[in-house]
Amino acid sequence: MSKKHQTPLLDELKKGKWPSFVTEIERAAEKSEMTDDLLGQVEQSYKEKMGHWKHGGMVGVKGYGGGIVGRFSDLPEKYPGVKEFHTVRINQPSGFFYTSDILRKIVDVGDKHASSLYNFHGSTGDIQILGVKTSELETIFQQLVSFGFDLGGSGSALRTPSCCVGMARCEFANYDAMNMCYNITQAFQDEMHRPIFNYKFKFKFSGCGNDCTASIARADLSVIGTWKDNIRIDQDMVKEYAKKINLHKYVTGKCPTKCMSYDETGLKIDDSNCSKCMHCINVMPKALRPGVKGGVTILLGSKAPMVSGPRLSMVLVPFYDVAEDAKNGYQWFKDLIGKIWEFWDEYGVSRERVGELIQRVGIGNFLEAIGLEPLPEMVSSPRGNPFVLYEEYVEADGEKN
Amino acid sequence: MPDVSGTKRITDVGPHDYHDFLHPVIKNNYGKWKYHEILSPAHMVHVSETGDKIYSVRVGSPRLVSGSFIRDLCDLADKYSGGYLRFTTRNNVEFLLDKEENIEPLMNDIKKLNLPLGGIGNVVANIVHTQGWIHCHTAASDASGVTKALMDDLYEYYTDAKLPAKVRIAFACCLNMCGAVHCSDIAVLGIHRRPPKLLPDKIMNLCEIPSTIASCPTNAIRPDTYNGKPSVKIIEEACVFCGNCFTVCSGMPLSDPLNDGVSIWVGGKVSNARTKPSFSKLAVPYLENDPPRWPKVVEAVKTILDAYKNGAEKGERVGEWIERIGWPKFFNITGFKFTKYHIDDFRLGEATMNYSAQVRQ
Repeated sequence: MSKKHQTPLLDELKKGKWPSFVTEIERAAEKSEMTDDLLGQVEQSYKEKMGHWKHGGMVGVKGYGGGIVGRFSDLPEKYPGVKEFHTVRINQPSGFFYTSDILRKIVDVGDKHASSLYNFHGSTGDIQILGVKTSELETIFQQLVSFGFDLGGSGSALRTPSCCVGMARCEFANYDAMNMCYNITQAFQDEMHRPIFNYKFKFKFSGCGNDCTASIARADLSVIGTWKDNIRIDQDMVKEYAKKINLHKYVTGKCPTKCMSYDETGLKIDDSNCSKCMHCINVMPKALRPGVKGGVTILLGSKAPMVSGPRLSMVLVPFYDVAEDAKNGYQWFKDLIGKIWEFWDEYGVSRERVGELIQRVGIGNFLEAIGLEPLPEMVSSPRGNPFVLYEEYVEADGEKN
Repeated sequence: MPDVSGTKRITDVGPHDYHDFLHPVIKNNYGKWKYHEILSPAHMVHVSETGDKIYSVRVGSPRLVSGSFIRDLCDLADKYSGGYLRFTTRNNVEFLLDKEENIEPLMNDIKKLNLPLGGIGNVVANIVHTQGWIHCHTAASDASGVTKALMDDLYEYYTDAKLPAKVRIAFACCLNMCGAVHCSDIAVLGIHRRPPKLLPDKIMNLCEIPSTIASCPTNAIRPDTYNGKPSVKIIEEACVFCGNCFTVCSGMPLSDPLNDGVSIWVGGKVSNARTKPSFSKLAVPYLENDPPRWPKVVEAVKTILDAYKNGAEKGERVGEWIERIGWPKFFNITGFKFTKYHIDDFRLGEATMNYSAQVRQ
């Protein structure tokens, strides 16, 4: 294949052991004429140290307000292939599981109707087909839905929920994260495809406190697996581990609540003081397992810096019996989400994430509005300053005469 | 938008049911997994209560891939894993095998494709990153290029487990942080350093003035008039270069080749193991964009990684190591200069001061 553009800077990034995205763009260019111009434009960016994409641009498919991210080159005459170079977000299956058959179907669509470039996956979780012209959007969309793949979220809407591998291939999963993610995504299709929120809203479902989806850092609503009963111990296997590692130093010594001890009689755990951090289980997966009474801790409010700085999620519901609620289609959870969204809708301002709103109105007021009791699990400590907004005071009999 | 009147359309089908893509061994042992064992940095086995086993072979990918790359993976899956594969949250590929004897030939074929085997255990995990100059209009740096340069240099840390604990590196090309890098062991973050330029005609025609003013986290954007029409002005000394105004109003671009670059952050984590999840903290306030290989960024990340590797105890994440030795020592060992930019003066800043006489002398 003869290259349309000389790309000496990008060619440097074809060297080295890690697989090269430049090589991937060149491979895509073999399938799609438009992709050659991407190399040209990115080479120019490398030369000038700045991007060459225009600001936004509304594109979409009929009936949806999101799922497509419009992208236009600011050098369309020079690089006509990337004049329109939109992204189609495709909602990934729970746990990112695929068969070769279905993956081929997806890339058949993108290779024929787009640039043959993909993200597996976007940061939020979607599969992304890059480099789509406006005229191809409807064709791509209808081909995808014909084999059961829908668009993901974008803009001020519910963003594509995602989850970890969960019970499908992990013994740490305390609840069925993949099922819950699938159920909640299906239940809120309207909120995902038709942006009506103040700003984005993200769900992420992790099976345990290791939090492989990073939900505590980047989901407005973080669902993290935990358990209520005792860590299951195989004492024989504990002894096997003790032959290889210093349990005092690396297991019991690292326990954040010092709830465990080890001697020749075996490992003892005061489970009532265990904070389910997962450390001991991570180190000795053959000897320790989470309890059998699994559930989740629901946390709220994390986000990246825009607008008022980054946040982590905070505890909203210390333990939610998700297995019980699953029998009822996760109705309790959905009602809770409804109340949170209603409050956000009523009091939030444009581009204000739910965590920022709560910061602004006060956590106490927010809890009252959504009908949750304040609990000590929600804080790392009670307040230290005495400026308390007491809401009531008593008056002496006959004071008002 | 194309005219679709009169055509029969399907919408709102939602994500595909994942059950259709599960390996039979996974289907049969769903929720029954008993333990796992890491057999090498590139493969592990999960063992079920039923005695069934599933082997996962992990391969690194550049995330931005061609259709041909996906077809290569599909061919390997057909040959060795019954067509079943998955992706991880950090852009790795995992082949799911029920036959142990297929592992070695699969790995050999992966090597023939020059793809990296690794990513499990105490390694530098695959870098999660954003779009950069490849596909984003707010990028202050290129994501794929820095990631590629870093992973080329850290390759052996991906393929061999020789670190005290896992190290998660992330790259975001602006403060929008599509990759939410703010809780990573090492984060590289694209930054602008010059207030937005005002394009009055664009502001007048394309921007809603009140929402543009409201978009600024530091109230640096104030109302103004231009040729008698509503516009905005910027209090430059209050600007923190976040770019939120540009997202709301295309008439305020802040990309600037002379001033854009990256900052480097350390010590964050999302896992709850031992210590609570935490933000990454500023290590290097600014390094210039230096394409195609950003050597100073690679050097700074290597400096952190080497110091961590030499100083941390087994099992200690980067942030836990720094907390143990103290930040003064971190700056001392790495040689990074501590400046006034390192002291937080934003919303949670007050909480980060040292309110004690506990000082390592």
